[in-house]
Amino acid sequence: MNSWDELDRFLQTDPRDVGCEQALRILHVYVELVMHDETGAEAARRYPGAATHLLACGPCGEDYQGLLLAARAGPA
Amino acid sequence: MPPIEGAAEDSGGTGGSPAAGSGTPDEATAQWLSALGSVGSERERALARLHDLLLRVARAELGRRAGRHPVTGPELDDLAHQSADDALLAITAKLEQFRGESRFTTWAYKFVVLEVSSKLGRHFWQRPAAALDTGDWDQLPDRFGTSPEDYAERHDLVAAVRRAVEEDLTAHQRQVFTAIVVHGIPLDALVVQLGSNRNALYKTMFDARRKLRAALAANGYLTVAEEAASDDLNARRS
Repeated sequence: MNSWDELDRFLQTDPRDVGCEQALRILHVYVELVMHDETGAEAARRYPGAATHLLACGPCGEDYQGLLLAARAGPA
Repeated sequence: MPPIEGAAEDSGGTGGSPAAGSGTPDEATAQWLSALGSVGSERERALARLHDLLLRVARAELGRRAGRHPVTGPELDDLAHQSADDALLAITAKLEQFRGESRFTTWAYKFVVLEVSSKLGRHFWQRPAAALDTGDWDQLPDRFGTSPEDYAERHDLVAAVRRAVEEDLTAHQRQVFTAIVVHGIPLDALVVQLGSNRNALYKTMFDARRKLRAALAANGYLTVAEEAASDDLNARRS
């Protein structure tokens, strides 16, 4: 893959992307769905726009990873 | 209206997993809600325990992001405390908005994780000179894997992107794109500088990316599939 391909990948957008506000609104539900189905398929099926967004948005993806780890660790 | 124009709003669902989306609280969640809804010492104990949990999550999250932010030592722990304090305030203020779609702690942890992101964004500007020293247009090709020896490709890529940025983006899109992509300012830090919010700047970048892709395709630098080209053409006109 050359740098033009990399640039093209960076510039690509997905019309299903719901944006930060909506993805963060359901992030806690999304995370628990992933905890119940580690493949993430069920979460992506129920929230396709959020799944798309979490892959595309660095900051929201970071928050998702952090919340998933915290929820997995549990309150003990 | 959805944040990204044209995107369908995710509806989620209420079936399936007992914890996610069912609306029926598990035992621990019910205990949290009861204790936080009480008065006196029971509520105080619950708040103290919740703060402890939030602080632990904040510390873990700042640790997980180590190397991607410059905060260390006592300053790091101070940031963790600030995040836990502010998250606890937000949680108690919004407790009635909790709808039992997840465990209470997962919902609560979301607040502290978002606080950590926000505080790191603010902290970026305490050392802006060092942070801003890292990027300019000549370094743009590095972000896309262009070899340092490939002078022709580096020159072409910078010239093409720069021209599209100058000719096809609005002033606001140009400002946001340049700050994030050329100067490498984190989106959450740019939110602070512009007094905006993450969603608005992401939307700006989303639209900028579509326009730039359309412009670069129109100028023969990128090959875009027919359907995508049609979408991008519409983006360019918007």
